[in-house]
Amino acid sequence: MTTQERPPKLIGEPIKRREDPRLITGQGSYVDDLQPLGTLHLVIVRSPYAHARVTGIDVSAARNAPGVVAVLTPDDVQQSTEPVPVAAQLEGMHMPLRHALTGGVVKFVGEPVVAIVAEDRYLAADAAELVEVEYEELPAVIDPEQALEGGPLVHDDLGTNLCVVSPIGDAEAAARAVEGAEVVIKQRLMNQRLIPNPIEPRAVLAHYEPGPGTLTVWSSTQIPHLLKTLLSACARVPEQLVRVVAPDVGGGFGCKLNVYPEEILAALASRRLERPVKFVETRQENYVATIHGRDLIGHVELGAKRDGTIVGYRIKIIADIGAYQHLLTAAIPTLTALMLQGVYKIPALSGEIVEVFTNKTPTDAYRGAGRPEATYYLERCMDLLAAELGMDPVELRRKNFIGASEFPFDTQTGLVYDSGDYEAALDKALAIVDYDDFRKEQTRLQEEGRYLGVGFSTYVEICGVGPSSALPAGGWEAGTVRVERTGKVTVLTGVSPHGQGEETSFAQIAAERLGVGIEDVTVIHGDTAQVSAGIGTFGSRSLAVGGTALVMSLDKIEAKAKRFAAHAMEVQADDLEFEAGQVYVKDAPEKTISLPEIATLAYNAVDLPPDTEPGLEATSYYEPGNFTFPFGTHVAVVEVDTESGVIDLQRFISVDDCGNIINPLIVEGQIHGGLAQGIAQALYEEAVYDANGQLLSGSLMDYAVPRADQLPSFELATTVTPTGVNPLGAKGVGEAGTIGSTPAIVNAVVDALSPLGVQHIEMMLRPERVLDAIQTAKGGAR
Amino acid sequence: MIPAAFEYAAPDSIDEAIALLERNDDAKLLAGGHSLLPLMKLRLAAPSLLVDLRRVPGLDGIQEENGEIRIGGMVTHAAIERSDLLAQRIPLLPSVAATIGDVQVRNRGTIGGSLAHADPAADFPAAALALDAQLVARGAKGERVVPAADFFVDLLTTALDPSEVLTEVRVPVPSAGSGSAYAKFPNPASHYAIVGVAARVDMQDGRVQDARVAVTGATEAAYLSPAAAARLQGSTGDAAAISEAAGLAAEGREMLDDLSASASYRAHLVAVQTRRALAEAVAATG
Repeated sequence: MTTQERPPKLIGEPIKRREDPRLITGQGSYVDDLQPLGTLHLVIVRSPYAHARVTGIDVSAARNAPGVVAVLTPDDVQQSTEPVPVAAQLEGMHMPLRHALTGGVVKFVGEPVVAIVAEDRYLAADAAELVEVEYEELPAVIDPEQALEGGPLVHDDLGTNLCVVSPIGDAEAAARAVEGAEVVIKQRLMNQRLIPNPIEPRAVLAHYEPGPGTLTVWSSTQIPHLLKTLLSACARVPEQLVRVVAPDVGGGFGCKLNVYPEEILAALASRRLERPVKFVETRQENYVATIHGRDLIGHVELGAKRDGTIVGYRIKIIADIGAYQHLLTAAIPTLTALMLQGVYKIPALSGEIVEVFTNKTPTDAYRGAGRPEATYYLERCMDLLAAELGMDPVELRRKNFIGASEFPFDTQTGLVYDSGDYEAALDKALAIVDYDDFRKEQTRLQEEGRYLGVGFSTYVEICGVGPSSALPAGGWEAGTVRVERTGKVTVLTGVSPHGQGEETSFAQIAAERLGVGIEDVTVIHGDTAQVSAGIGTFGSRSLAVGGTALVMSLDKIEAKAKRFAAHAMEVQADDLEFEAGQVYVKDAPEKTISLPEIATLAYNAVDLPPDTEPGLEATSYYEPGNFTFPFGTHVAVVEVDTESGVIDLQRFISVDDCGNIINPLIVEGQIHGGLAQGIAQALYEEAVYDANGQLLSGSLMDYAVPRADQLPSFELATTVTPTGVNPLGAKGVGEAGTIGSTPAIVNAVVDALSPLGVQHIEMMLRPERVLDAIQTAKGGAR
Repeated sequence: MIPAAFEYAAPDSIDEAIALLERNDDAKLLAGGHSLLPLMKLRLAAPSLLVDLRRVPGLDGIQEENGEIRIGGMVTHAAIERSDLLAQRIPLLPSVAATIGDVQVRNRGTIGGSLAHADPAADFPAAALALDAQLVARGAKGERVVPAADFFVDLLTTALDPSEVLTEVRVPVPSAGSGSAYAKFPNPASHYAIVGVAARVDMQDGRVQDARVAVTGATEAAYLSPAAAARLQGSTGDAAAISEAAGLAAEGREMLDDLSASASYRAHLVAVQTRRALAEAVAATG
């Protein structure tokens, strides 16, 4: 082909996100922007108690209030809908179900009890105040360890607060190894409860049309296709008549990977009233009624030789899952179990994961989902071990790393790590932080009474979720490429981006492969009426899994385009080459035919090649053969004000390896956001309940989602170790920042304060907690 | 997040505003709204009438008169932060204003609204106390002037009558040889002060002639610490005197105890922040 027309390279280029201009100029379209004629508004009356028996519900005043069209009560809803769905089911698990409204015993603050449907949101809220619910308060159990030791029962009929116990690894071998080790580290490590806090809270608009009998649901969701299937069952509408649309979605972080009571209620109300019904969550509701994340206590034991070689690791995890399971609740702690081994050779390893009910908001997937916890436990252990041995924490890590030549690597937990070079990422990070110089400076400043510290976290995570065998409803992804009559390209994908930028990155792939401008590619997602099938966006899977389905369809388009070209040019298809939108004859590259020309042939269909259908469209389903395992090294540099306990995070270095990169700008953005959330777990965010089960940190005034000025300017770098799992060689990057960063901060703070005798501080590192740790280490009170 | 129904009025004169307050028992003034509106959205407040002061003339000026700076009640935090006159004459005020909330909050919130609301963690009450501000209250019976030291009575409670409007803040211009500073320990979520200490030190011939230490965030209402001030008086403003004064600043006060800080930690912070504010104030007298 002639080279002067070769279109610009797009894959690997830092192209600005095409979705951003509309989103930052107010032209996005979120659920609450949609206002079909006749829309009604749904407002929920929620339990103010963590545990109480509902002894009476009087909705008569509410029913008669201005603008009220319907009032839904628990009895009614329980007869008309199926329970809130739970997909993750573990062996031996208790699975108490609840309906969209709870009538008997409410089990957490914020649990829905009554729903009001009114002509506008204000009237609905006014009427909600008129609902009289009588409660008989019951003792609540808030602490998961107490819940296991005979505290009040969350679910009376179960006779226990234990949901499930899941073992992993070889417990006997791990016990032998740890008990016989020359050095053993034992520590209780809390991974506190967090609140996802997407900028857009949950929102749903359900519109049942009685003529065709169709239910259209616009939802701020990460999983439109799964929601379609699950919601049709819950609301009892035939699945083929349900359409789910995820319009612009303002963040999810896992909390919109779910089916919620309000979605069921909106669907039910719309079906009954034959009008559109909208629910938009307030921020206050978001804090109590949308799933929370983490909340795992880890009791860790790490055994090693005196030279630092790890010989065994075991952990008992108590996961406080709150009052009920949501869609994937029970599976999240098992991801921690799968990733216990981290980046190290550990000859013997075992875990016991105990999931416990308490009277709190249910937990489920939150950015990182299981991997931040695994990383935190192991990376804190490494620093505790280094301190115990008097060894440099970097050298201890290096000594135990799985070597670059040892991949694919079988873990003790049954995974196969695809590829990795952990030392390369560590070395790059060390060079950026200038480690040797920092240690000298640290010593010098300590003599002046200043306490600086450096903390490392060398992580590996699991993403590209995943092989279908590992998921309750399939782990494949679907993607369609359609070359239109005009030669322009439409990409339809089953992933459902809500901040990940696939409208740009998928367009880059398709445009480069097909030789069209990026502006000539339209990426459609999030609408089950347009995209025939899909799973959704979570588990850092969109590019590795959804992108691969796209690549498979591009391959098919190329093959079909060659058939049309061969027929038109009267050569064999095998003699042709497809490159950047031009098909040319290998031996005579001046003979070319362009993609728009082929599209015309394909759609006019006047002279079809043999056994070839008209049209130029291909759909593929990609079933991944394995997960992918990104990795990296994060380094924090802090100074601690030992008078006030305030931590000054001075530097944060993040070296991440997510395999091949399609758009480095998007990768940086994902890392930035991930780091902010991971650092915030260490420094700013902690869901705190009082003894009665009231969420004290229940607003943005009390729960610190960090602002830009509370974070340093991040220093980012990458190494590139492609995966062989998929043809893109891409691993995924959506969660890595959150997974690696948290222990680096805690390790840095403890490093800073170790001259004062501090060995560990529990998250979040409130200045008060830091000061207490200093005083305790000094053996005195403040 | 969905307020109850309310009436709204935006009168053109201060007398009309006062008359509306007199006629409606549960009316509230709107002077920026950054404290009131969130309370209404949570339905923790449900006034039947909001009287918006934005059209009332004469409440938005900053000018110097008779050795004092007069700041209208509707002057925004942002206007104070950016005022050249204040930067020159009373630099404590712009530096305090700059620590409030964020740009959006500072563009809407007003000094009169902040002082009259008397949030225990607000920043301006400490500044008003440290600067010995005089607060002008206008009611149906006319105008009266309340010294800041008498203004902050209790939690969210001031010396204002319900139908009075805080129209002006009068701040004496400090003499030459005066220095001031604000040491704020912000809540990482709300950015309100967990503890904020405003200090003013007047030096003459190398000795502290007068000092004022005002603390916000630590107790139910902002307060002055006469003990800390007294310890400093007559000293050279040396480190030892500052340290001892700081140790007295929480004395006899019942500290708040909540999610953001325990009472004992707050008392500790009062000492730390007082020391830092005083050291900076003394340095600024230079």
